[in-house]
Amino acid sequence: MTDVTLAELCIFACSEAFRGNGEIVATGVGPVPRVAAGLAKLTHSPELMMTDGECFLVEQPVPIGPRDYDDRKAAGWLPFSRFFDSAVWTGRRHAMVTPTQLDRFGQINLSFMGGTYRQPKTQMLGVRGFPGNTIYHPNSFFFAAHGPRVFVPEVDMISGVGYNPAKRVANGNYSGVDLRVIVTNLCVMDFAGPENAIRVVSLHPGVTFEEVQSATGFELHRADPLPETPLPGRDELAVIADLDPHNIRAGVIKDNPPARRAA
Amino acid sequence: MSAQIVKPDKRMSAADIVAQLSDGMTIGIGGWGPRRKPMALVREILRSDLKDLTVVAYGGADVGMLCAAGKVSKLVFAFVSLDAIPLEPWFRKARESGQLEVLEVDEGMFQWGLKAAAFQLPFLPTRVGLGTDLAELGGLKTVQSPYDDGETLIAMPALRLDAALIHVNRCDWRGNVQLFGPDVYYDEWFAKAAAKTYVSCEELVDRMEDHYPENAQANLFERCFVSGVAEMPCGAHPSSMPPHYGWDMKAFKAYADAARDPGDWNAVRARFVGASEAEYLATFGGKEAVAGLPLPIF
Repeated sequence: MTDVTLAELCIFACSEAFRGNGEIVATGVGPVPRVAAGLAKLTHSPELMMTDGECFLVEQPVPIGPRDYDDRKAAGWLPFSRFFDSAVWTGRRHAMVTPTQLDRFGQINLSFMGGTYRQPKTQMLGVRGFPGNTIYHPNSFFFAAHGPRVFVPEVDMISGVGYNPAKRVANGNYSGVDLRVIVTNLCVMDFAGPENAIRVVSLHPGVTFEEVQSATGFELHRADPLPETPLPGRDELAVIADLDPHNIRAGVIKDNPPARRAA
Repeated sequence: MSAQIVKPDKRMSAADIVAQLSDGMTIGIGGWGPRRKPMALVREILRSDLKDLTVVAYGGADVGMLCAAGKVSKLVFAFVSLDAIPLEPWFRKARESGQLEVLEVDEGMFQWGLKAAAFQLPFLPTRVGLGTDLAELGGLKTVQSPYDDGETLIAMPALRLDAALIHVNRCDWRGNVQLFGPDVYYDEWFAKAAAKTYVSCEELVDRMEDHYPENAQANLFERCFVSGVAEMPCGAHPSSMPPHYGWDMKAFKAYADAARDPGDWNAVRARFVGASEAEYLATFGGKEAVAGLPLPIF
């Protein structure tokens, strides 16, 4: 399997985040998380629910990229106007997303960087639904370029709830905060270190812990043992190709490297 | 309660609608990002002297244009985006210049605030926002459950609107609306949160029951929430209005590029607003071209 790409390895790793989640809406935002959610549904976790990216619930995951408008086969309907009632505020969802920054507490930022609330230096998207997502349902993350500008000691604007003890109010209910997995182009991490610290749980082929640590703006914990991230098999690769017929995944990670680095 | 006289025929022109608005008002704008935006009414505001508005929107080019034109003093938002162009460049410019007062909230808190306004409540409690910077930055307060759980919750303030602008598929003279398309977002709650709601529509009929009684379930909000109606085919352009037409990504791209070069709204205003709606539509190929825009695929 020398022709497996790193993007395909990441899709496979991301799909594991949705394993055994039950009848919840699996939302993958961006090509890798979205194909990963479809891969999970078509292989190990058929009970997952998902949308066509708009507002129809589909039992056959919709391939990404250009297609005919009516290609989706709707089995149900989940418009935005019902999304909070049905999926987010009931905790029946697991989202995998790519914020601009993520810090050592798992706090995320996609609002602004630098400057002030009134005058940010760099305005980004806005918090969107991340504050609600992160206090109500499981969340995971994918980053195509693991680096210290993404993994920062503390985010500029806390747009999603993490495990920061300083951001807790008395009698607040944080029982829904459930950060699961971070997949990057270098490794897989979780939040199972001491006091939910971020921990490297597998390294992609040829990557060292030191390399991951030096690309991260805070101290990482290290699982023991620390295995290699598994590669997708023939069946998974076939499903990935079906879900991404235009090979959009080839443009996700710089230079589309193979999963196994050249010796 | 004194008797109210309601004019049964609510037809107005876009100019009549904008004449009902005044400086300093809080205006809610329906739709979502680059989808189902009442852009023809927004353009009419851009042709007017209206200013110092507080705009409440799931923002797209509506917010970007009003900010670029200096019409907005305060913005209530959860994001501003054109989907395929994720970061709305005119909104970014306005934010980075410090010209806007803002209240940034989560998308769910946003609809919660509209619902609080609809039900004439001061706030609705929510867990959302705890553990983030939203409350501190936006001055949002907490409340404590009076029951045994004693839970601390954020009090999402009512987002009361002086007026809401919404683009619908069909409407009749009395304000009976029909909304189609896969998703109609939060238009219902904008209508109910507002003191007055003005709708533009793709198709205006005299009596809905004589034309489309079979589509009564598309009546998303009742006519008591509608103060004025204007027939404005293609009135959502360049945003999408399923099933009539998709978004005009070429137009969005030209608009987004103009934020960099020349970067001056006054220099491009004529192109993206026009002196009239007819002139505007002609610039983009007329109704036939708009009707041919494919529906977006997600």
